[in-house]
Amino acid sequence: MARGQSAALDRKKLMADPIMMTTIVLLITFLTLFILYPLAILLVDSLYGSNGLSLATFSRIFQLSSFRRAIGNTLKIGFVVGLLSTLLGLLFAYVEVYVKMRKAVGGLFKVVSMLPVVSPPFVLSLSMIMLFGRSGLITRFLLGIYDNNIYGYWGIVIVQTLTFFPVCYMMLKGLLKNIDPSMEEASRDMGATRWRVFTTVTFPLLLPGLGNAFLVTFIESIADFANPMIIGGSYDTLATSIYLQITGAMDKEGAAAMAVVLLIITLGMFAVQKYYLEKKTAATLSGKASRARMLIEDKSVTVPLTILCSLAAVFVIMMYVCVPIGALFPTWGYKFTPLTFKWFAQVFTKYRGLQAFRDSFVLSLIASPITALLSMIISYLVVKRKFRAKGFIEAVSILAMAVPGTVLGVGYIRGFANGLFHTGILSGIYGTGLILIIVFVVRSLPTGTRSGISALRQIDKSIEESAYDMGADSLKVFTSVTLPLIKDSFLSGLVTAFVRSITAISAIILLVTPSYLLITVQINEFAEKGAYSIACAFASILILITYGSVLLMNFIIKHFGTSRKVKEVE
Amino acid sequence: MAANQSKEPKGVRLDHISKIYQNPKTGKDFYAVHDVDLEIKPGSFVTLLGPSGCGKTTTLRMIAGFESPDEGEIYLGGEPINALTPNKRDTAMVFQSYALFPHYNVYDNVAYGLKLRKMPRDEIREKVTRILKLVELSDMEQRMTNQLSGGQQQRVALARALVVEPGVLLFDEPLSNLDAKLRVQMRTEIRRIQQALGITAIYVTHDQSEAMAISDNIILMKDGVIAQMGSPTEIYYHPKSEFVADFIGECNFLDCRVTGWDGENATAEVDGHPVQVKTDRPASGDARIVLRPEAIEIADEGQLPCTVELSCFMGSYQNYHVRVGNTLVKIADNCPIGRKTFKVGDHAFISFRSECAHLLGV
Repeated sequence: MARGQSAALDRKKLMADPIMMTTIVLLITFLTLFILYPLAILLVDSLYGSNGLSLATFSRIFQLSSFRRAIGNTLKIGFVVGLLSTLLGLLFAYVEVYVKMRKAVGGLFKVVSMLPVVSPPFVLSLSMIMLFGRSGLITRFLLGIYDNNIYGYWGIVIVQTLTFFPVCYMMLKGLLKNIDPSMEEASRDMGATRWRVFTTVTFPLLLPGLGNAFLVTFIESIADFANPMIIGGSYDTLATSIYLQITGAMDKEGAAAMAVVLLIITLGMFAVQKYYLEKKTAATLSGKASRARMLIEDKSVTVPLTILCSLAAVFVIMMYVCVPIGALFPTWGYKFTPLTFKWFAQVFTKYRGLQAFRDSFVLSLIASPITALLSMIISYLVVKRKFRAKGFIEAVSILAMAVPGTVLGVGYIRGFANGLFHTGILSGIYGTGLILIIVFVVRSLPTGTRSGISALRQIDKSIEESAYDMGADSLKVFTSVTLPLIKDSFLSGLVTAFVRSITAISAIILLVTPSYLLITVQINEFAEKGAYSIACAFASILILITYGSVLLMNFIIKHFGTSRKVKEVE
Repeated sequence: MAANQSKEPKGVRLDHISKIYQNPKTGKDFYAVHDVDLEIKPGSFVTLLGPSGCGKTTTLRMIAGFESPDEGEIYLGGEPINALTPNKRDTAMVFQSYALFPHYNVYDNVAYGLKLRKMPRDEIREKVTRILKLVELSDMEQRMTNQLSGGQQQRVALARALVVEPGVLLFDEPLSNLDAKLRVQMRTEIRRIQQALGITAIYVTHDQSEAMAISDNIILMKDGVIAQMGSPTEIYYHPKSEFVADFIGECNFLDCRVTGWDGENATAEVDGHPVQVKTDRPASGDARIVLRPEAIEIADEGQLPCTVELSCFMGSYQNYHVRVGNTLVKIADNCPIGRKTFKVGDHAFISFRSECAHLLGV
């Protein structure tokens, strides 16, 4: 049996479609140049030094006790944060799906799940310091503790858990909703108590999903740069060590080798999560709930659970609210009245805030439509088309998901500062706005692609086939059928990309040059210096911008989304 | 293409077509379609029939261009089309799920193909109006597709494919999402329109009654290979194999021994009782008689003795299961009113006319 002819014919058909061909070639070039190449150069650089191929750089960094400690720290924090976030997420998800609660509590849950999306990554660190630090509102003024040290291990763990648990909550909520209630009813019917139902039915079904949530948070935690930077103090993680190796020790080879170590850890975790747990989750929980679940109304269960969750939710919300309020106090920790706008004013008068917001805003605004369109094109190709390089495109865009921003940043420094493979070619883009835009695009691409893929999977393949069959070429099929049908997903991808870009820091902080002022970098700088009020003022305005764009998106989708018209009648 | 004149229907020739797929579980290659060689005349209605996994849909998709054959060449109107993409082929397909564009209304759905052909607006309007009248949807132009019933959506899909006047119209199990009554109504409709326009149609289905009702010719497939080609009556009354006989309607098989042939009928013995079976070839030795349930009579006298094991009133017929020797025989006694009804345990005789039976394995 030879399948040569069909392969040759498929190739011929592809060649007959120049737009598709060009798109694929451009995509492959982009992905190779800006995702694969920077990662490859890290490996090459750390293995191939001035004296040929050797492990010298690796052995050098592994001799640094600080680096060995950073690996331990990172793994320890990742593990604990993964565990705590999963548990907290499970609690929230279980209460939402199983327990009858008041509308207001449901609202609280929604806010909690939404907050991490719209806020910059280090907001919780800021408020943590302001609430529980040495001159913290709660520690010092409510409890009278003067020397509370929240910098370090516990600070990072708490802040990261509060930042990442909503991700687990959303993931687990989706899974719990997919459990068919009749399975649990069958167990109840045979005489099991609620607790036994949970331990013998619900929990085992959910187990792979819990593992999945744990690993996702684990990866997020070890890739996180901003929080350990601000609240870590002298407690270094891999991400911050790499940053310090570049900015402090000026050791780029060493940083490259460290980045390789971090990359290997995240990729390993990611591989387990993606190819083992995700499949297992899908296998155990593929069914749709056959009908609505009887919610638990028993007061002895609902009251404590609701109170527990509400308290946690209120605490999280308070942490976020603390930031804009903090920016209104004359001097945090000493003088609370009268409330003042002087910090907000200083942002613009003294600290070139206008330029920072303009730069961040403009760069993100350019990056987001590129990201949204690119991720829709990738999703379209991956889900709907059949061609040889499809596997490559899919794999690289998924791979980007597992690459920590810091690693990518170092990769770009090594890969582009002296041009491609240090030859000077393309070195022109280094230090420009263009490379920042590219980083924004690459960093948001995986999220966009993932949501695009799931949106496209919902659309019957034959709808596009029928357009193709009617005589439309690839471009026409994409613009007249695919894009209108996933308009909502495209719009939300647009905003997500914008929000992610404008709040990004980990890769950007390594690549930004003095000609560009970015808000997140500014906030980080002020927070490092201990100028919390001004950092809060910056952060508050940033949150306003991001929240505003999310509101705008929801408005547009509600009033102009085609999917609404399509879904309405069904 | 010339926009005004109605086009000639095109013929299709599949020249030893094969398609190889990989079994996802074992990783082994297998023939999804193997050496399919056939010719479809312009203007005829041909059905690809078979159980799921027989390769009928794959064959259709190769004609449309969504799949490429691994062996052989496909000709459309005499031109080889293997290397053409679906949008360059003169075919239009009606999909199982209808595949209507949910963001367009009925009019825009139907007009889609014409707009792609850059036709003037007036002409588009005229053609769409005419075709919507043909499928009886004239007053629904502005409806969104999700405001239509299943049958109406089916008509829109049909109109959308017809309006571009394709050389060949392809149907991929178009009626399988409709309820039984509507299915019968729509297949009559499809046949009517196909005859009225004189268009070539290739139709995929797994429903044998649908295939018989609608087609000029049936191509019955099994495991990627053509099991039998022919007109509905030919396939029904002269199946070449037990698979064909069994797939096309209900069927009984009686083991027999052929003892002679008089130039028209063969004489065969079933359990020692002689019966006559019509055959145009001389036959002898062990064989099987193919008997349709409605071709058998049950009475107090007849050719073969039997015992009644099930007797069940079905409305239009009385359903019997009787034992002839060791073989269970199903009988549909049509319009039984006024005739004797046998009960379970009764002894009776069955008989059949020689031209209603068919010999296999000689």
